[in-house]
Amino acid sequence: MTTTTTSYKVIGSRPLRPDGVDKVTGRAIYGADVRLPGMLYGKVLRSPHAHARIVSIDASAALTLRGVRAVITAQDLPAIGDKIADLGESVVNLRYASNNILAHDKVLYHGHAVAAVAADNVHIAEEALALIKVEYEVLPHVLDGKQAMSANAPILLDDLRTNELGKLGNAPTNVAEHIRHQRGDLDKGFAEADVIVERTFHTATVHQGYIEPQNATALWNEDDQVFVWCSTQGAFSVQEQLAELLQIPISRITVTPTEIGGGFGGKINVYLDPLAALLSRKAGHRPVKMTMTRAEVLTSTGPTSGSHIRVKMGARRDGTITAAQAELIYEAGAYPGSPVGAGCGVIFANYRLENLQIDGYDVVVNRPKASAYRAPGGTNAAFASETVVDELAEKLGIDPIEFRLRNAVREGDRRPDGPEYKRIGLIETLEAARSHPHYTAPLTGKHRGRGVAAGYWGNWGGKSSATATVNSDGTVNLIEGSTDIGGSRASIAMQLAETLGLPYEDIRPQVVGTASVGYNDVTGGSRTTFGTGWAVYEVGKKILAEMRQRAAEYWDVPVESVQVADGVFAHNGDQMSFRELAGKLDTPVTASASVHPQNYGPGFGVHIVDVEVDVETGKVEILRYTAAQDVGKAIHPSYVEGQLQGGAAQGIGWALNEEYVYDDKGRLVNASLLDYRMPTALDLPMIDTVLVEAPNPGHPYGVRGVGEVPIVPPAAAVANAIYRAAGVRMTELPMSPARIVAALATQSTNAA
Amino acid sequence: MKSKVIVATTINGEELEFLCEPRQSLLEVLRDVLGLTGAKEGCNNGNCGACNVLLDGVLVNSCLVLGVEAEGRTVETVEGMASGGQLHPLQQKFLEHAALQCGICTPGFLLAAKSLLDHNPDPTEAEVRHWLAGNLCRCTGYDKIVRAVLDAADTV
Repeated sequence: MTTTTTSYKVIGSRPLRPDGVDKVTGRAIYGADVRLPGMLYGKVLRSPHAHARIVSIDASAALTLRGVRAVITAQDLPAIGDKIADLGESVVNLRYASNNILAHDKVLYHGHAVAAVAADNVHIAEEALALIKVEYEVLPHVLDGKQAMSANAPILLDDLRTNELGKLGNAPTNVAEHIRHQRGDLDKGFAEADVIVERTFHTATVHQGYIEPQNATALWNEDDQVFVWCSTQGAFSVQEQLAELLQIPISRITVTPTEIGGGFGGKINVYLDPLAALLSRKAGHRPVKMTMTRAEVLTSTGPTSGSHIRVKMGARRDGTITAAQAELIYEAGAYPGSPVGAGCGVIFANYRLENLQIDGYDVVVNRPKASAYRAPGGTNAAFASETVVDELAEKLGIDPIEFRLRNAVREGDRRPDGPEYKRIGLIETLEAARSHPHYTAPLTGKHRGRGVAAGYWGNWGGKSSATATVNSDGTVNLIEGSTDIGGSRASIAMQLAETLGLPYEDIRPQVVGTASVGYNDVTGGSRTTFGTGWAVYEVGKKILAEMRQRAAEYWDVPVESVQVADGVFAHNGDQMSFRELAGKLDTPVTASASVHPQNYGPGFGVHIVDVEVDVETGKVEILRYTAAQDVGKAIHPSYVEGQLQGGAAQGIGWALNEEYVYDDKGRLVNASLLDYRMPTALDLPMIDTVLVEAPNPGHPYGVRGVGEVPIVPPAAAVANAIYRAAGVRMTELPMSPARIVAALATQSTNAA
Repeated sequence: MKSKVIVATTINGEELEFLCEPRQSLLEVLRDVLGLTGAKEGCNNGNCGACNVLLDGVLVNSCLVLGVEAEGRTVETVEGMASGGQLHPLQQKFLEHAALQCGICTPGFLLAAKSLLDHNPDPTEAEVRHWLAGNLCRCTGYDKIVRAVLDAADTV
């Protein structure tokens, strides 16, 4: 279901993706499919401890094994001072990033890389790992963010000092940062409230769960040129990270992105790439390929933060929210940089608030360093605030969508973190959800309930570059640098086709690496169709301008007298199609554009879910699911729907099953896809979508980012549905069967 | 210990021989020895289905089969699905329904779905979901995959 306004020729249609046939025939080359002549295979030795000092590493026995070509440790990485780098969706201190690549003096989590081996095949490399002797002095560990903040907690990073509201502290700590957003008078706001709800929440560490494990193949040439092939969300980001971590000029590094098997934010930071490069150099400049096992992916890459969140909100009888307060503690993993800042931005972003205070804490714990995960920090925050909003509506006897409508932000309102909203579509999205047949359908049956929740994400613009060439037959080759994770070749080519007035089939897009196109930020922050789409719009305008000039020269008339529309050039009754003109070109026509657009509009989603709770086993079944979202303008509606459906599915997994489980020694005990339980086809119903099109005035085609918003509401929507089905307010994620059963038991004890 | 075994087998209709170590999985042989990289490694322990192939017509996780077990048997991989210049209806429907985003799980889903339609040419949505429960997709939420399979069943 789509509501639409403007009509376009190409935009809004559903053509097949340009890379489709390669991907259904098994021909597409992903990172692990790369093979080079003389290639070696690398493997990583990882810490069995959550927190330990490395006393010594002895690789001599491994080096004597036949077929072993090189072993590296942190000694092989250049020493790096403190330097903050912005890597798309994450800001990192490069010294910490280097320590995360290979542990220097201490290991900070189970799975922390300690050494790496290159050998003739993967089996020999694995045998060699077992021959490396590492002596550890095990230290006390801390896994929980709240505990890590306590005075007697083990300290992970001796040099870490709290950035307390902009001022650096002077005592060792695990709290990297305390941030605050404030407005109005909180006490006055709560005094005006007729109802106040305050709850504390906990959410577990979860993983992006992309199906393709991390991989990298690298060749370090004798002339110190470094070549890398890998699946990544951003080839230029890999290039920059490698330049910093290896301390070599950017121009000496060529990164060629392969097809990528999912990222969700987790394939921005490098893990294997620098190791493969160093092993290549040490192994006599032979190419080295490395791929992670699934266990390594779970222990050592990406998760997003577990969190403790307290929310207090008050509202008047008429349904006006009078005050809102939140405290968010996010576990960053071993090094600073949780998405708590984004969480603080999301938590009350849906509502007009005169009085608010939000405090966020970024806390290091002995877990893998958190990396970006689809709307980083947003799901945690919305789970807390949207549950409290639901309870306020319930206590006031107001329909939960109506309650949200009465408080919803609109153009001109200010976000809790400061900026003013431009054109946004929250109200339209709430109205679309309220009038959807799902919301109006009766829900009957025992232990069934319907929940709703709203969610916000700010989106991102980033930098994009693209180049296009007009071929002599009038078709156009498009070179772009945004790796295609979910059909973006199609959405980008469609925007160029629309701009040029050509059919989609006449545009052939290709994704290339750092050597072949101008700079591109990562495919992340829901930015690609927005930002790279804008770049090809500029490319298209340049091409049309040049072609118009050529038409004027052909007719020998002033360029101003040539009209251009729908791929046809016209002058005084003469007409020439783009194709005809292309055939007459003497000097080729090519155009490039680089953009850094700032007016990316935020998006809002409203999700409706029906659940049935098995009160004996605690299992929650999703009966029906609808995701409505303000998508700006859907370029390729099928892929926009896919983003909503995929985000909802990930959010449902986060809500019901997914969590990192550690033993008492701080070791991750569920590092497999059997025990880290992601949703299967059997766990989900069809996911209905409503594409609400409130065009973003900050984009030539009205595009807003769509990929991240849909993971923000699901956990709260499911929790609110469970409450209506079984009468328990769930405040912990995941809402797994054991937690549901425990909550029901507490409820019946209290009732008795 | 390093001695290799000669295995005679039929892959995508073609009789061939390959050399492998006894410890190598069929997945490793397909990808590293034979260059058939359509089967993907997502977990290497049978949880994700990205390495699905048909062994004597039976759907298997090729990471859980040894290369030497292919001796005298037939293996069908994603590379063998299209024929005569035509995509298999499942491949075509996956494209038309936008049933893939990143595409890494797609080869496994295609073979699992083919195996389903070989057994049950007219499955219900519930039967499709049950059959495909051994294949993980993290991008799509399965909606468009299930629709593509149901549509392909109508076509086949």
